Amino acid sequence: MSNNRNISVALWTLTTKEIRRFLRIWIQTLVPPAVTMSLYFVIFGSLIGPRIGTMDGFDYIQFMIPGLIMMSVITNSYANVVSSFYSVKFQRSIEELLISPMPNWTILLGFVLGGVCRGCLIGFIVFGVSLLFYPDFTVVNPLLTLTVLFLTSILFSLMGFINAVFADSFDDISVIPTFVLTPLIYLGGVFYSINILPDFWRAVSMANPMLYVVNTFRAGMLGVSDVSIGFALGMILGFIGVLTGSCLYLLEKGTGIRQ
Amino acid sequence: MAYALEISDLKKTYPGGTQALKGISFAVEEGDFYALLGPNGAGKSSTIGIIGSLVTKTEGKVKIFGIDVDEDLALAKTMLGVVSQEINFSGFEKVIDIVVTQAGFYGIPKSIALPKVEKMLKRLSLWDKRNDQARTLSGGYKRRVMIAKALIHEPKLLILDEPTAGVDIELRREMWTFLKEINQNGTTIILTTHYLEEAEQLCRNIGIIDGGLIVENTSMRKLLGRLNVQGFVFDLESPLDKAPEIEGFPLKLEDPLTLVVAVNKERSINALFAELTSLGIKVNSMRNESNRLEELFIEMVKK
Ligand SMILES: Nc1ncnc2c1ncn2[C@@H]1O[C@H](COP(=O)(O)OP(=O)(O)OP(=O)(O)O)[C@@H](O)[C@H]1O
Ligand SMILES: [Mg+2]
Repeated sequence: MSNNRNISVALWTLTTKEIRRFLRIWIQTLVPPAVTMSLYFVIFGSLIGPRIGTMDGFDYIQFMIPGLIMMSVITNSYANVVSSFYSVKFQRSIEELLISPMPNWTILLGFVLGGVCRGCLIGFIVFGVSLLFYPDFTVVNPLLTLTVLFLTSILFSLMGFINAVFADSFDDISVIPTFVLTPLIYLGGVFYSINILPDFWRAVSMANPMLYVVNTFRAGMLGVSDVSIGFALGMILGFIGVLTGSCLYLLEKGTGIRQ
Repeated sequence: MAYALEISDLKKTYPGGTQALKGISFAVEEGDFYALLGPNGAGKSSTIGIIGSLVTKTEGKVKIFGIDVDEDLALAKTMLGVVSQEINFSGFEKVIDIVVTQAGFYGIPKSIALPKVEKMLKRLSLWDKRNDQARTLSGGYKRRVMIAKALIHEPKLLILDEPTAGVDIELRREMWTFLKEINQNGTTIILTTHYLEEAEQLCRNIGIIDGGLIVENTSMRKLLGRLNVQGFVFDLESPLDKAPEIEGFPLKLEDPLTLVVAVNKERSINALFAELTSLGIKVNSMRNESNRLEELFIEMVKK
């Protein structure tokens, strides 16, 4: 496929297919985060929150909102790509892509854009839900907020893609989210500021990549952060670069997709 | 002569260590209808997988209409359509969406693809089922979806891996007519099958592959020419206790009512009937002993 028009048609086809997929199964993809997050807001925000008092100078529920949005964005963009790409492998419909003249980068971009759309859409849904519980919320820096939202969903879509490439069974696509992603998110400053931790655990937390994502996002929404914004954005971009390179290398080699 | 496909010294060793292809070479002329035959595990699907870049090759060259896949894979792919042995679409999508999406992957926008897809689905009797979820189709219709998908970008070379496996007789004949038609319209076709009658009906040239090696590459006419002995089975009216002896016709009594004979091509079967009649043996019916081609095939892959 030498010509750009053909490539953009192919990319559009794959991306819209990916979007249709998660919209078609909206009960599994869009509703659960809205329900779970409502529960978090009710229990931790409205019931327990007032007893906790303030965190970094904000009402607890207000502090929690950016963290919970990020948590949903991360898990959903990851889940979208890992389950979609793995099913395509599993059902062999990956052959539809491999037999076509689409370049590898278009295949990767199509899946990542699918994950990004789901991640961002979930971000907006959870933000909408949070407004029901905390109507006065105002976003301090919308540009930074949207940038981090977008970059985060790219980053975790790419991770989901790599997971799917190496996955050989449905177990393999839930191991990483359960045993790696979720613990790192919970310990990555979603529910608390690392300032409340003893020095040792604060230092350990600094090695958790989720901390940078969550805090940069919180900086966008609330204007406070436990880490340096410039440094964190740099790290996110760096990771995106490395992961994109790795994905393209795996596709080129045919790992997990061509025998 | 221009070649639609040229394969030279193709080798494939799977990660587990199985050597599926041990260096095969063959070429298929433009416009040909070519059969790739061979027993289970011979390496047919591996060969097709490599041509379609669904399987990586260990060594060797593949050229599609003169284009080396190592040099311009994307261009080579635009000229190739492949119907895989195994179903390779998502069962949860509608038939029409599957084909339109495949067209999209080839760079054909939906507005241009739709009329083409309509024509193709009608031609393959799939139009009434266009809004059905693909998994609800029967096996024969699933196979047709695969064919529609492989043809939607109008490839000049179509490769089908056992397209009629598990397809009923009527559907199979329909498919033969369809394939003959697109071959007459200029599409080169390569097909694998375990039904030798199918190869005999459709194909002009054949390659036989066994154990990862090409053991035969010839025209169907030449191959059939090699069959100079035919076996016939006679059902008798009344039982015999021993086979009659007739000069030049080795007769064998399979059971008291069944007589089997191998007849050399040069000999007239009339002479045999005359002799049987003079011995007072009445033949009720006669049939071919079995598929002659099949026997030849078994002999070739046994070596
Ligand atoms: N993915 C794979 N991994 C390892 N070995 C494989 C793989 N695919 C095929 N093989 C082996 O390669 C050899 C050739 O298989 P192939 O599928 O090409 O045969 P075939 O001629 O298509 O057979 P059939 O008529 O049964 O479809 C077999 O020994 C098979 O077990
Ligand atoms: Mg096969």
